[in-house]
Amino acid sequence: MQRSNTYIILFSIVLTVVLGGLLSLASVGLKPAQDKQVELDTKKKILGAVMDISSIKEPNELLALYDQKVQSLVVNYNGDVVTQDAKGNPVVAEKVSIQKNYRFAAEDRLYPVFKFMNDKDPSKVEAYIFPMFGSGLWDWISGYLAVGSDLNTIRGVAFDHKQETPGLGARITSDVVQKRFEGKEIYNDNDELVSVKMVKGEGNPNLTAHEVDGMSGATLTGKGVNEMMVNYLTCYQGYIKKVKANGSSVAVN
Amino acid sequence: MSTEALEAPEVKEEVKQPAEALFSKRRRRIVADPLNEDNPITIQVLGICSALAITIKMEPTLVMSIAVVSVIVFSNLIISLMRNLIPGRVRIIVQLAIIATLVTLVSEVLKAYYFDMYKVLGAFVGLIITNCIVMGRLEAFAMANKPYDSILDGLGSGFGYAWIILVVAFFRELFGSGSIFDFKVFEAIGLPNFPTNGLMVDSIGAFMVLGILIWVQRSKTGYVEH
Repeated sequence: MQRSNTYIILFSIVLTVVLGGLLSLASVGLKPAQDKQVELDTKKKILGAVMDISSIKEPNELLALYDQKVQSLVVNYNGDVVTQDAKGNPVVAEKVSIQKNYRFAAEDRLYPVFKFMNDKDPSKVEAYIFPMFGSGLWDWISGYLAVGSDLNTIRGVAFDHKQETPGLGARITSDVVQKRFEGKEIYNDNDELVSVKMVKGEGNPNLTAHEVDGMSGATLTGKGVNEMMVNYLTCYQGYIKKVKANGSSVAVN
Repeated sequence: MSTEALEAPEVKEEVKQPAEALFSKRRRRIVADPLNEDNPITIQVLGICSALAITIKMEPTLVMSIAVVSVIVFSNLIISLMRNLIPGRVRIIVQLAIIATLVTLVSEVLKAYYFDMYKVLGAFVGLIITNCIVMGRLEAFAMANKPYDSILDGLGSGFGYAWIILVVAFFRELFGSGSIFDFKVFEAIGLPNFPTNGLMVDSIGAFMVLGILIWVQRSKTGYVEH
């Protein structure tokens, strides 16, 4: 059936308005639920870096545990605590996007630090969790690195990725690979930062405290992980040095 | 896409006898055909891209199936309801707009209530828009048929797509990861050292499973490409 041009144009306009309206409604209506999911996801990863959270199924339970165990702060490159952003708004560590900050020069970024507090003595820090961000083979990778109160021994890691190959590079999110980082050290005996390196190949014998067994078939993803860790640990040096100098984390606040 | 044009006379017939049974033989065929003889993946070979990408594990595949079925059914229904209003010259873009809207809605709902799957499926939910099955059904069926028939057609094609990718995912997860719905099958039956096959995790595994499926099916139905 041949319709007039006016009809076609009117039809298109009405359709666009109706569909556009529908989508805006859905977007606004679902925003709170989506924000909660993102928050839950972040907190899951932070806790996942230091403890096994697979047994916690209830989202609210996880959020409660997070509130109870984790204290957060934001520092700058020099390790000074930041409480306001450039516009004077208060900064919340959980809301700082590592991905957005990654675009800035290292000196201009905001660095959130999450402190996992001790069970018995809640004023003592059991682990420091540093978020990080970098490039894998195909797209971005990100991670949370937890180091013990000595700021040297790795307590655990939690990696995430966007596009690494399933079964190869994507294995950085598997427990098997992440467990390999536990107990490794980021400083050498002379107190110099060396970070940890994923080596090439899998099943390597005689690994040092700074080497992690690699993933066969995913050497480039492993390289991305190594670079990300060195980059961000260097950036967190300011904070780490300050904490070490003060002898305890409480003094930094 | 043109095969359904042959069904046009049937539509006229339907107008003459409005009291057609809710599940008449013809309607049952609309649902049943795409499940086997006219399957969108194995016979028409549409929607292969997503069938490769998301069938590594069962759970995302199931979510994807539900997403595709709901998008096909609702877009078929909406287009069928509007079929006499849509100007022929812009019909493709209208179909596209409807599909895109529905897909965006699905994606937003997933993000709000099923975030883990949203992360896994990522772009592939959005890519349902480009899944030829959806638009193929709109253009070939919903534009010329009544709403109820279109819903049936959508269900048929949707489930025709769903069961194939679920079968593919079943074998890929079983042999690639040694599990079904993340349940470690081989450990459960006392074979903890059963080797998993890396090929199955790659898209190559999907091609192989899909190829075998097509072979088995075509040798049964006797379908031959012309």
